[in-house]
Amino acid sequence: MHELGIVFHIIDSVEKVAADNRLEKVSAVVLELGEVSGVVPEYLTDCWRWAASKSPLVEGSALKIEPLAAVTHCDNCGKEYSTVIHGKTCPYCQSGSTWLLTGNEVNIKEIEAY
Amino acid sequence: MDRVKIIEVKQSVFANNDQRADQLRQELKQQGIFLLNLMSAPGSGKTTTLKRTVELLRDELKIGVMEADIDSDVDAKAMAEAGVKAIQLHTGGMCHLDADMTRQGLDVLAKEAKVELAILENVGNLVCPAEFDTGAVKNAAILSVPEGDDKPLKYPLMFQVCDVVLINKIDVAPYFDFDLEKCREYIRMRNPNARVIPICAKTGEGVELWAAWLREQVSAWRS
Repeated sequence: MHELGIVFHIIDSVEKVAADNRLEKVSAVVLELGEVSGVVPEYLTDCWRWAASKSPLVEGSALKIEPLAAVTHCDNCGKEYSTVIHGKTCPYCQSGSTWLLTGNEVNIKEIEAY
Repeated sequence: MDRVKIIEVKQSVFANNDQRADQLRQELKQQGIFLLNLMSAPGSGKTTTLKRTVELLRDELKIGVMEADIDSDVDAKAMAEAGVKAIQLHTGGMCHLDADMTRQGLDVLAKEAKVELAILENVGNLVCPAEFDTGAVKNAAILSVPEGDDKPLKYPLMFQVCDVVLINKIDVAPYFDFDLEKCREYIRMRNPNARVIPICAKTGEGVELWAAWLREQVSAWRS
């Protein structure tokens, strides 16, 4: 149900962009999805199929998901590492002063329209 | 048929909501309304904590409460019994509230009474409500002892977005493997600026401290 809310927000944004660019029909929406965004791609596409059918602008359009790797930066040793494998603790120096560089994105990258 | 046009957007899905939330916050500032967004897992004691809180503050502040749930009005009834204006928001199956839904709730609340402190009791959930800015001035989360001291590790975003974390049900701590110091440390890891206040909503322990924090925030916002 979390994904459904996100889908509504995507459609909302797409409708705005379409109005600004005078698009009448969208054929695909390309989404960048971070590995640790907490959004499940399969649920998202399921919700998309249902919700898109309610909006004439995006009805029948595809949601293309491009995964983005999650990378964490360590302030202590300055190195970067995979968040999914190592989590919050730096594998090089065991420091906990780390922060997520990329990986929590839910971005609309582009819209394909006729 | 024409060639397919590609329009570059490069925008976060949450950007529109963030914008609307900022707009709502500005309006609240002008109207002198402080909006608190209270979040937690189901069953951690949001409603009981709120009842205690309004008991301490209702004589000095006009308080209105918005109870967000997927269904039922048991929470709104409980708050009305505590003597404050309360409305029930149904999210229609959604697991969170966004800025637009919060605005609608505030509009309804405003028709009932003029409030100075509006409290949004968000849907019981530690994941989704953290992602959507409601337009609140401050965010609070409750973590209760039976849930475990490692919650901040499992739900990082919730603890990142919070200004204050209430650790509830500390009266039962002896019966659980809950390490308060460890929990503070885990919260600090996620958010060094979050204030941590241990409370027991049932007995009232610590609630004064939390009410004092809230009182200070409200007066700073309204000044």
